Amino acid sequence: MVAEAAAAVGPGLTRYAWVVAVLPFVSAPLILFFGRRTPGRGWIYGVASVGAGFVLSLGILWHFVQGGGPTASSVSWFQVGPFTVELGQYVDGLTAVMFIVVTGVSLCVHVYSIGYMHGDARFTWFYVVLSLFTGAMLDVVVSDNLFQLLVGWEVMGVCSYLLIGHWWEEKVNSDAAIKAFITTRTGDVPFLFGIFALVFATGFTTSNIQQIGEMSAAGEMSSALMIGAALLLFGGTIGKSAQFPLYVWLPDAMAGPTPVSALIHAATMVAAGVYMVARLFEVFIHADPLVLTVVSVIGAITLLLAAFLALVQDDIKRVLAYSTISQLAYMVAALGLGEAGYAPAMFHLFTHAFFKALLFLGAGSVIHAVHSNYMSDMGGLRTSMRTTYVTYVIGSLALAGIFPLSGFFSKDELLVAAYHDKTYWLLIVLLLGAVITAFYTMRMLVLTFGGEYRGHEHPHESPRSMTGPLVALAAATVFVGWLGFGPTNAPFFDWVFIGHPEDVSFVAWIAIVSTIAAVGGLALGYVTYVKQPAREPLTRLGPVYTLLENKYYLDDFYLNGIVYPIRDRLSAGVNWFNRSILDGIVHLFALTTRGLAAVVNLFDRGVIDGVVNGAGEGAEEAGGFLRYVQSGNVQGYAAILLGLGIIGVIVVAIIYVK
Amino acid sequence: MIRLPLVLVFSAVLFSAGVYGVLARRNAVLVLMSIELMLNAVTVNLVGFSSLWRNLTGQVFGLFIIAVAAAEVGIGLAIVILIFRNRETINVDEVNLLKW
Repeated sequence: MVAEAAAAVGPGLTRYAWVVAVLPFVSAPLILFFGRRTPGRGWIYGVASVGAGFVLSLGILWHFVQGGGPTASSVSWFQVGPFTVELGQYVDGLTAVMFIVVTGVSLCVHVYSIGYMHGDARFTWFYVVLSLFTGAMLDVVVSDNLFQLLVGWEVMGVCSYLLIGHWWEEKVNSDAAIKAFITTRTGDVPFLFGIFALVFATGFTTSNIQQIGEMSAAGEMSSALMIGAALLLFGGTIGKSAQFPLYVWLPDAMAGPTPVSALIHAATMVAAGVYMVARLFEVFIHADPLVLTVVSVIGAITLLLAAFLALVQDDIKRVLAYSTISQLAYMVAALGLGEAGYAPAMFHLFTHAFFKALLFLGAGSVIHAVHSNYMSDMGGLRTSMRTTYVTYVIGSLALAGIFPLSGFFSKDELLVAAYHDKTYWLLIVLLLGAVITAFYTMRMLVLTFGGEYRGHEHPHESPRSMTGPLVALAAATVFVGWLGFGPTNAPFFDWVFIGHPEDVSFVAWIAIVSTIAAVGGLALGYVTYVKQPAREPLTRLGPVYTLLENKYYLDDFYLNGIVYPIRDRLSAGVNWFNRSILDGIVHLFALTTRGLAAVVNLFDRGVIDGVVNGAGEGAEEAGGFLRYVQSGNVQGYAAILLGLGIIGVIVVAIIYVK
Repeated sequence: MIRLPLVLVFSAVLFSAGVYGVLARRNAVLVLMSIELMLNAVTVNLVGFSSLWRNLTGQVFGLFIIAVAAAEVGIGLAIVILIFRNRETINVDEVNLLKW
């Protein structure tokens, strides 16, 4: 049926999907080389390329709205022996939806940054990296094979590093950049080996994701290898999508400029890990139930740990960071349900990207106004920042999962998936997560916008270029949820599915329970914080609060258990080895060489110089003696000549006259 | 026909006189004249052998020697005159600047 539809509709713009990914790679060098000489210092190129990409993405999505099927094309990149690596695109509904997310959010962030980064010393450079990042993410999305995906994946890592450390003059920021880079790298290593394992499992015939999927579905690959590969690949997700135990980098990554946090650390890059699992989902579901269980459990653990941590943060961006980790964990946990969780997880990724970008950009607007990240310096902003306030509330309610905002629909689908899959423990975890999410969301809202202003600035509304994206994202937050609502035929699930489009069922009691959970959490949060107590009410929790305050001591464990031992013991050992053994060998060689050189020196001075000088002195002595022969007396010369002539005659006579 | 040994003896005496003059005389003009004696001794030898072997080559050489000797004396006397002008002497043992 799908094939018929594809034949009926035709490929449309999907053939040119790669253009969307190439555009930012064109604009990045343009900004780099001509940005400074362009009015606006280069943002025009970035906004133009991403805007064009967004329009194209809408065209590509239209193909799937009409019921079109996936298309694929590729060209040969390079060849290693019999193994060909290709450069290609695979466009299905998921690709199209991700295109909308990436280009849409990136466009908002590009426009928003015009105001937010205004006057920054490295404004042009900021836009270069922003473009490069968008291109890399689009490459991951459009890629039809593992190696092309890896390239985009790693370029994103570098861009993330550069942008977190954008204000590297402060050590905290460059430390955060290094931490993020190394932590995600820790996940990237298993990811790389996972790719090798998969390619090995195909017998080095292909790295094409669809072919690998078909082979794993057909059971043509060794199951042990598939389990290994899936777990290793999931290591990449744990790093990139900030799951337990590698989530520690994401809160620190908030050191970067806020638009970066919105684009990279909420909407797109961290979603790449989830997206990658979805892309290679055939491998995950056909490997072994164990793999999916691991995925689910990691997701569930992360979900709760991060949600609890969000309760005690004072930095508004850190609240959002932990909330991001927690929401990503929702998706990961849902993917662990298998086929039932695939589409809901992607739907949550889709809606979450919009409302989380909205929240981050709203937080950026607030920070821009009060010049502080700390909620203890905020409060009472609902009057002075009207647009930001309204859009922020919409984003927050979506995050909490209140009808009819997008977060409600996607979270509902996740709960329904867990219910249908009869994974009741996960259902309970998800509901518990929803309560905590609602609670800290309300805490954040009240501390930021409620009560009286506690800071020392004069907060004012941000410029148009910043509120515009907020309004656009708020509109998206309100409307995209309906795409996945059962009674509206849920078009989203006709675009994104695994196997066959599934029928979306609306389970009334789950919707009611989740709404009760959300409203309950919000109400609890409101009651706790409405009086704006001087002392954080959660401190009454005592040791639990201390545990949360110290982030479960996970950072301390990493520092004291891993980083310092490596730095102090291992490095000291290596240092000792280096100094004693390696330097010793080098010094030995040096000493031997010096000894030999001394011998050669002696020989040189004594014998060779002796011969040369001896010849010179001998010639001088002889000359000094012989010069007396030249007396200046011509008759003397004639006498010598005569004598020699006589001797010559005598000799000749003796020889010839016998 | 003069006998050859007589010619050779005459030539040897003439050459020895020339050698004596070159080595022993201090006057540069006399030294030049002694060189002429030695050259003429050689010429006599050549002519003597030429008449013995009935071969004109020796006499041709004799004529050459006379021509060369004339040129040599011309140059030699010119040098002697210049030396006299500069040094007011023509004693060869006083003209010994070119030495160690």
